[in-house]
Amino acid sequence: MVDLPRRSLLAGIAALGATACSKINESQTAHGLFEAAEDGHRTLHRALAGKQGLAPEYTRAERSPTFRGNGSVTVADPFYQQQLASGFPDWRLEVKGLVDLPLALSLAELKALPQRTQITRHDCVEGWSAIGEWQGPQLAVLLDAAKVRSEAKFIVFRCADTLYGRDYYESIDMVDAYHPQTIIAHSLNGEPLPEKNGAPLRMRIERQLGYKQAKYVKAIEAVTSFADIGKGGGGLWEDVAGYQWYAGI
Amino acid sequence: MIRKHALSTRLWHWVNAAAIIVLFMTGLNISNAHRYLYWGDYGFEPKEAWLAVVRFPGWATIPGHYNLALARDWHITAAWPFGLGVLFIWVAMLANGHFRRDLTTSPGDWTPGAVIASLKAHSGAHAGGAHGYNPVQKILYGGVFGVLLPLMLFTGLAISPGFQAAAPWLLDVLGGRQSARSLHFIAAWGIFSFFVIHLVLALTDWRLILEMFTGGRRHEAPPQPAPPPTEPAEEGVPAHG
Repeated sequence: MVDLPRRSLLAGIAALGATACSKINESQTAHGLFEAAEDGHRTLHRALAGKQGLAPEYTRAERSPTFRGNGSVTVADPFYQQQLASGFPDWRLEVKGLVDLPLALSLAELKALPQRTQITRHDCVEGWSAIGEWQGPQLAVLLDAAKVRSEAKFIVFRCADTLYGRDYYESIDMVDAYHPQTIIAHSLNGEPLPEKNGAPLRMRIERQLGYKQAKYVKAIEAVTSFADIGKGGGGLWEDVAGYQWYAGI
Repeated sequence: MIRKHALSTRLWHWVNAAAIIVLFMTGLNISNAHRYLYWGDYGFEPKEAWLAVVRFPGWATIPGHYNLALARDWHITAAWPFGLGVLFIWVAMLANGHFRRDLTTSPGDWTPGAVIASLKAHSGAHAGGAHGYNPVQKILYGGVFGVLLPLMLFTGLAISPGFQAAAPWLLDVLGGRQSARSLHFIAAWGIFSFFVIHLVLALTDWRLILEMFTGGRRHEAPPQPAPPPTEPAEEGVPAHG
């Protein structure tokens, strides 16, 4: 997943021409080829946009009338349901892993941090889009407060929901973790997040598709590798369905 | 001897053919994930769609069953040879004169008379006129190279959330992300239509297909008034297809 040499991309393109019509979907060759193509797109996007390049932001008038909930739209966990009913008084967001100062923050503490408000478009991998106004602290603020260590390469989001009997999780690299539009949103269109959209906290990673926008976030974990988490794909949908880890395309 | 098809043209032709087949058939699989098209920036309610697309059957898609992850793997991989190929062939066509010689039209090419004449020539038994492209060919190929292929490429880039940070203007030009997605779909069927016509015409004469491998031979118009041809239209291998 990490930067492959340019050579492998060229080799990948060459291999495509030679093997496009054969049944190689499950083979090692195909897997390497797909990964090279995905890494190539990410490298191109970042080279052209810069690491801090912003996704488009919209005006309030441009928002969609509603915001669709998809994937998990409810959480079975009794503690979650009890917290949802009472406004999440005992919900804590942990910041842990490769940090010098692990944190456990209440919603009130998160709202007391500097806030970013952004009206952005959410693109589902299926093809549809919705536009909403999100508010919350930047992930970078939390990572700095927790003194994330330099060996951390990825940030993993641990969630309260389950799909296919597995705990939902997602991961991003440090470029997206420190992107100015990467926030932990607690409100949508000026209201606390509804359950279907990830109450009480969800991620906004605005240059990637919907399945990266983890909902019902319980913990933020700094790691060097996600190979030992779940099936090692870096996220629930990556593990169960084989979705691309880099969801910028 | 001057080749009818430059090496760059032949190379690109077959790489591009493979790429667009993969892109089209994986694209139909991706379309099945959300079969509704919208105009504007957003759209997710089927009742707001301008088009409810049919569900494409397995024989028309890659892979042959619904698998969004694998279809996307193939799609974003084949996007590389397709995208770089469009760039390559444009540079090559401008450099080797193919564009200026065969694809640029003059006002006279757009008259009904010129179009009818070239269609008639086509329907005849490979009648002469093999020196360069006729007006219908120029207009069709010009539309493919100048409109459809770039539109396909730019709408594909525009619907990628990671690319929009690099070129937010692209979404504005295309009228929003869902408009770009709709145009991507329309352009795909435009290319498919060309593909069908192109294939049918090429299959009328196997030499045309062979020449796209070997390069064939281009017959330049004689610079001086030549003696009357003693051989009939034999040399006139048509340049269509």
